[in-house]
Amino acid sequence: MAEIRVEHLHKTFGTFTAVKDSSFTVHDGEFFVMLGPSGCGKTTTLRMIAGLELPTSGQILLGGEDVTFKRAADRDIAFVFQLFALYPHMSVRQNIGFPLKCVGTPKAEIKRRVEETARILRITPLLDKSVSGLSGGDRQRVALGRSIVREPMCFLMDEPLGALDSEFRTLMCHELRSLHDRLKATTVYVTHDQLEAMAMADKIAVMNHGVIEQFATPQEIYDHPATMFVADFIGSPSMNFLAFRGALAPGQQAVTVDGVEVAVPAAREARAEADLVLGVRPEHIRFVSDGGVRGEVFGAEYLGTTQIVTVRTAGGTVKARVPATVPVATGDRLGLAFNGARLSVFGKEDGRAVRTALYEGAAHG
Amino acid sequence: MSGLTQAHSVVAPSTASRRISGAIVIVYAIITMLPLLWIFATGFKSQSDAIAYPPKVFADPSLQGYVNLFTTRSRQTPEYMASLPPPETWYDELVRKQNMVIVGPSKFGARFMNSLIIGFGSTFLAVFLGTLAAYAFSRFRIPLADDLMFFILSTRMMPPIAVAIPIYLMYRELGLSDTRLGMIILYTAVNVSLAVWLLKGFIDEIPREYEEAAMIDGYTRLQAFRKVVLPQAATGIAATAIFCLIFAWNEYAFAVLLTSGEAQTAPPFIPIIIGEGGMDWPAVAAGTTLFLIPIVVFTVLLRKHLLRGITFGAVRK
Repeated sequence: MAEIRVEHLHKTFGTFTAVKDSSFTVHDGEFFVMLGPSGCGKTTTLRMIAGLELPTSGQILLGGEDVTFKRAADRDIAFVFQLFALYPHMSVRQNIGFPLKCVGTPKAEIKRRVEETARILRITPLLDKSVSGLSGGDRQRVALGRSIVREPMCFLMDEPLGALDSEFRTLMCHELRSLHDRLKATTVYVTHDQLEAMAMADKIAVMNHGVIEQFATPQEIYDHPATMFVADFIGSPSMNFLAFRGALAPGQQAVTVDGVEVAVPAAREARAEADLVLGVRPEHIRFVSDGGVRGEVFGAEYLGTTQIVTVRTAGGTVKARVPATVPVATGDRLGLAFNGARLSVFGKEDGRAVRTALYEGAAHG
Repeated sequence: MSGLTQAHSVVAPSTASRRISGAIVIVYAIITMLPLLWIFATGFKSQSDAIAYPPKVFADPSLQGYVNLFTTRSRQTPEYMASLPPPETWYDELVRKQNMVIVGPSKFGARFMNSLIIGFGSTFLAVFLGTLAAYAFSRFRIPLADDLMFFILSTRMMPPIAVAIPIYLMYRELGLSDTRLGMIILYTAVNVSLAVWLLKGFIDEIPREYEEAAMIDGYTRLQAFRKVVLPQAATGIAATAIFCLIFAWNEYAFAVLLTSGEAQTAPPFIPIIIGEGGMDWPAVAAGTTLFLIPIVVFTVLLRKHLLRGITFGAVRK
């Protein structure tokens, strides 16, 4: 097991920059998720760690050793592909044993380790079946088996649950995380699914256009998004943005949105007058009859215990998550009150969060 | 249940349409097979039966055509024939009945061997080179890959015979005229473009994750190619090989132009088998029948692959 250090990694394909100056460290035994929309460079970064692509510049260290230009086979890693990549002409047993066979492990040893792996993954009854008849979840278990049987330094997973249906996905999410907790293996996991990322990760890197927007724990990313992109990408429904114009001084605890004064966490930096954006999570909104930011109810989605109410305000559409018991009807005019301690303020121009009391101690990406 | 009408499938053809299409297939098969059957039958006729008018559908079977195909004979006077010891073999006897003796083997065996060597040799080379090139085009970022692929295709855009004269002159200068090597190179050059294009399609269909997984598990790129990609591409390779072999095996124009002696293949040889008093049709028919056998065997052996091969990739699985 080992630490993965990526330093100033850069990758271009022709004129297209896939990964821009990425640096991060995944500590030994950590479950690290790279999250972002498709084309953001997360898979390219993973493939460079695996040795399937060579970086244009930068360095990759596995367990302190520089492996930047080493062959994939010499890196002691395991890779789980989205499409499983099981060899269709081999049985489950042969598939799982394949990496050991590649490096010339004795037959008895292969048999022992394949069976041990099958036991961990609870696929022992499948061992002598052909992989082509297996269900998606079982195929993924076999693919996982093929990666853990080698006991590699780290696991790299490229959207391993992407090809499964949602029921299996939730189940495999739990299995993967508990497997990780048992093996304590450093894992790099790529996904575009924020729920998977939030459910499994110790640390998340949110990527966009080849740049890591934020590198932090799931909670930090949710509560203290470093950029508007992260705030928008994480959370369902995503964070509401209310544009306003104003200046900030250190210690300032309120801003004026739509002519209404809104309490915010105390600012820790000064900003000259500029276009700013107030970021509000849907669950930090309450409805009030008097005062607040005024708006008109446009519609509501009933979700059982809560409901998502869409409200049109002068500053744009706002989605609020309120208890299902709150009576609302389309066309109601009401006021929105925000939980002042949990709001974020972003500069509209650069999209970066303004440092406030809320962000103190939080790492910026 | 008697009140229910039987539901009919919207995808399975009805009995009537199945019968009609069956009949069409049978008629078509007869039309295409008839000339082959006639050739096969002619091979077992005597010279006079073969050219009889009106044509004889059924004639006394004779192996004269096959004997003539494989031997060179000379006519002798009756006195000389009488002085010979009794014939040793059945074919000696057959030849002597016509007042002739066998003076040696014909060139058919050698020509047939040339066809085998040149046909299979060029097929192997074309498929080998084609597989490597197709793999490279499919997997690596090659500068100007699309232009190169078009260039490869463009070599097929005019009939090969259009460049026959330049090739003839070039081969004469290089000393490749009438050599097996020359013919292998020529057929390989014609076939390799087809092979690259066909095989690229097949290899594109094989997920690259297979080799990547193997490479992470400890194989080199070449090992992953050999042990993971090749088995998966077997179908495509077999189909491509059949197409290449059929071309090289049947090719006539270049064979006539570039070979006359040592490297002559069977196609230019068979039609000019002359017997006494003109064409020896039973021998020509016998040669044609034998010439068909290797390609039929090869195609039958690989027919499963062929059918899967030409429909491969039509539907995403």
